[in-house]
Amino acid sequence: MKNREIEISVKERRKEVLRNLRRFGGRLYNQMEKGIFPRIRMPSRSTENIFYSPELRQYILGDKTVRRSARNIRHIRPFTQLVWAGYFASELTKNRKTSTLRDVYYSAQAYDMSFKDQAESNSIVTDLETVMGFSREDFKVFPEERSAIFGDLTIEYTVPGYEGKQLNLMSHPDGVMIGPALTSSEFAQTRADKVIAIEKGGLFTRFIEERVHKKFNALLVLTAGQAPRATRHFIHRLNKELDLPVFIFTDGDPWGMHIAMVIISGSANAAHLRELTTPDAKWSGVWATDIVDYKLPSDPLTEVDIKRLHELEKDPRYEGELWRRETQKFLSIKKKAEQEAFSRYGLTYIVDEYLPAKLEETD
Amino acid sequence: MVTFEEISPADFFYRNRDIAGFTNPARAIFSSIRELVENALDASDLSNIPPEIYIRLSQEDAEETQGELGVGVYRLRVMDNGSGIPARHIPSAFGQVLFGSKYKLKQARGTFGLGGTMAVLYGQITTHKPVEVKSSTGTSKIYEYKLMIDIQRNRPLILDRKIRRNKEQWRGTIVEFSLEGDYFRAVSKILEYLKQTALVTPYADIKFVDPKGRLYLFTRATKKMPPPPKETLPHPYGVDVETIQRLIRVTECQNMVGFMQKHFHRVGGGISLSFLEFAGFIKSEDPKRLKHEDVVRLVHMMKKSKKFFDDVNVEKVGRLIKTAHSRNMLEFMETHFPKVDKNVILRLLLAAGFIKTKDPRKLRSDEVVRLVRMMKRFNGFLPPDASCLSPLGEELLETGILKELRPEFIAVSQRKPSTYSGHPFIVETAIAYGGNIPKKDDILIYRFANRIPLLYDEASDVSVRVIKSMNWRRYKVTPDMPIAILVHVCSTKVPYKTVGKEFIADRPEVNGEILNGIREVARELQKFLTKREYVEKERRRLTVFSKYLPKIARFSTNLAGKKEEPNIELLLRSVKKIEEQGD
Ligand SMILES: Nc1ncnc2c1ncn2[C@@H]1O[C@H](COP(=O)(O)OP(=O)(O)OP(=O)(O)O)[C@@H](O)[C@H]1O
Ligand SMILES: [Mg+2]
Repeated sequence: MKNREIEISVKERRKEVLRNLRRFGGRLYNQMEKGIFPRIRMPSRSTENIFYSPELRQYILGDKTVRRSARNIRHIRPFTQLVWAGYFASELTKNRKTSTLRDVYYSAQAYDMSFKDQAESNSIVTDLETVMGFSREDFKVFPEERSAIFGDLTIEYTVPGYEGKQLNLMSHPDGVMIGPALTSSEFAQTRADKVIAIEKGGLFTRFIEERVHKKFNALLVLTAGQAPRATRHFIHRLNKELDLPVFIFTDGDPWGMHIAMVIISGSANAAHLRELTTPDAKWSGVWATDIVDYKLPSDPLTEVDIKRLHELEKDPRYEGELWRRETQKFLSIKKKAEQEAFSRYGLTYIVDEYLPAKLEETD
Repeated sequence: MVTFEEISPADFFYRNRDIAGFTNPARAIFSSIRELVENALDASDLSNIPPEIYIRLSQEDAEETQGELGVGVYRLRVMDNGSGIPARHIPSAFGQVLFGSKYKLKQARGTFGLGGTMAVLYGQITTHKPVEVKSSTGTSKIYEYKLMIDIQRNRPLILDRKIRRNKEQWRGTIVEFSLEGDYFRAVSKILEYLKQTALVTPYADIKFVDPKGRLYLFTRATKKMPPPPKETLPHPYGVDVETIQRLIRVTECQNMVGFMQKHFHRVGGGISLSFLEFAGFIKSEDPKRLKHEDVVRLVHMMKKSKKFFDDVNVEKVGRLIKTAHSRNMLEFMETHFPKVDKNVILRLLLAAGFIKTKDPRKLRSDEVVRLVRMMKRFNGFLPPDASCLSPLGEELLETGILKELRPEFIAVSQRKPSTYSGHPFIVETAIAYGGNIPKKDDILIYRFANRIPLLYDEASDVSVRVIKSMNWRRYKVTPDMPIAILVHVCSTKVPYKTVGKEFIADRPEVNGEILNGIREVARELQKFLTKREYVEKERRRLTVFSKYLPKIARFSTNLAGKKEEPNIELLLRSVKKIEEQGD
């Protein structure tokens, strides 16, 4: 896969996507013109071809490739589905329409090439990502789950009907949904100097109420659990294009810890994609150490929690010092705590005491 | 107090009509049709004219509910163009149980002298009406009888007898009588029976008019009939003491060698002699008692077979006899001419009168028992030949199956003749696929014995058990396939388990032949299925390519921003080529 320039504007990126799709179609077209069965080669996504790259600080695909040929009776159906998916993506992109994975699944039926199930259609979309080196959001296929952002950032829409219109992301007190229109917009202006990502909606709202964005001059991002890919890409852009440091706050348990990790280093499932990670982002809490230091109300770790921790111990992404230390600490104290646990010290304690301390500690 | 009485055979079968297949009104109507049809077919085999059979069942007094005819009185009439029955035998043929013309050793549908008469007897006990029989053997006269059966005495009662002029030289038999039956419950079995009969008798025209006036036609597909069987003598392996007792009472032979030759199947002079020697039925002269002229005669005979005895003369043989220790001519000859075959010696001694066998008419009963026992032990008898059998043959079998089942594929096989306990038999098998064969959860099995369809008690039948024991997956057969297997066993003595002729008992020899026969045709089916599977797979392949390639062309044309789609004809043709090569 070609290593493209990271810094391309949204419009540029759209053109690039269309160019690639056209090249893809052209290659198949020429093969058929020459009387040979169309075929493609793409990186293998099988587990033995997924490696962790310490330089890129994310998972990447190795050198193994797979060949798909329309000559092969077992390939021809997925092959056709892939070409169709490319066609569908190019239609969406050209017409500036968006859709979801569910849409893709249903749309195929109109072309007399139904997918067996949602899983089959999802995997074809992933194939398209792998072949093209772009993520599905670039093809205008968006997830159902939505996360949100709040803070002093002015964006400029590129979606039809809103082209050129600007919006300040403080304009709505619930935050603004990170959907297709937002992810495809250009950044116009900001006064913030950091990004704070928060796992849970309750705390996100509390932070807005407590004017954390003002007090800390920050953009607040709600990940709503495991951050969707569009949100991960959006955080990546905030970090890369606006040069803002990113701090992540999650629950103090292995699952919260991993939410932070996926924003930072990505997942194995997306090893074929770039620009979904933010390697310089920081996990600021709640740490196992914090549970002890702040004497937080806690629950004992369950069997499943402990099993998960042992898995994470072996994960190459957890090689860093902080990660090792906290994993060990969880295992030794055998406790976990939610972000809400700070309420024991009053409603504003987390903003007034904990947050400044942690931002400083992890900066 | 115990009282004793005697009953006649007719009375016995009257009391035990179940064992002959007359269990209830439905079964009785089925069995009656079947027995009369089988008699008719036997009669045309005899005359060697392709049978034309007309069956009419009409209702006399049957209850009708919801358009269906149930239990009641029916009248059955069956007409054939067979041999006809000589006038003097007509009363007994239909008025006496265990009377018949098929006790001979040759293949026929009838065996027991029971079937037709049982039908008449059943009609009589349920309606108390006489049977009417018309028959002519093609002479200038047609005989008409009205008969009833004196069940207690097993004798026909002739109520009326007419003789008519046979102007048209008609030949055949018409049997007509009334009986209680249940048509509604029997109809499916009757039709199945007729269909299978038509299948195994493709040279027969069968018409059936049912009580509702519907005509069922089973038209012949050929006029070719299988060669008729020849009557045969009993094979020594198959006889018992009773058979010998009967034979010695009637034989005209005065010595055992001739007796064996005359009354048994495939026993010639040589085999007869060596068997009798083996069995100890030969008396030999004492060499010491030979007179001079006896020696001269012996040497004379020996010279006649110079091949075996060169360089012999009276002096030499005379000297040998004087010094001999043996008191037995056979032993003497064997000692001094060790190179000569025993059979040659036996023949020579017999011809010269130096050995003798008993007069069979004077055999004592212990000797008869010994004779039978030795027959079973002697392994020099030739196996029975199959001229007494009349299998259908592969060609007719195929014709019959094609006619009734119209299958997509068919394989037939006729096994070589074989024997069980001295009875010759031939197994014919066939397997058919598709066409009118229904898709059931299981293989459809058609069983036949001496060209009779066997419809009841399938589970107990040897063929069914053999088929069930086979691993059909080896032949690519799955239970959902429309497959029919046909097994036809022909024998002078089919090992039926009942007089109702419903299923065949297990005999290792018969089992083995059935198994091998089915395997043979199953292998053919396997070849067919393999090929079909291949063609099917290729067709599916082509369908897949012709479905998807145009789509790939269309989408990539659009993606590439071209106007015209690429030509994929070449690609499609190359896929097709793969198919043709494999075909
Ligand atoms: N339609 C017919 N044409 C010529 N002969 C017949 C006909 N029907 C019966 N017979 C004669 O009547 C005899 C008795 O028939 P019946 O059916 O009672 O016994 P079978 O056929 O000999 O033996 P089975 O009991 O096995 O049927 C037969 O052997 C045959 O000689
Ligand atoms: Mg009969």
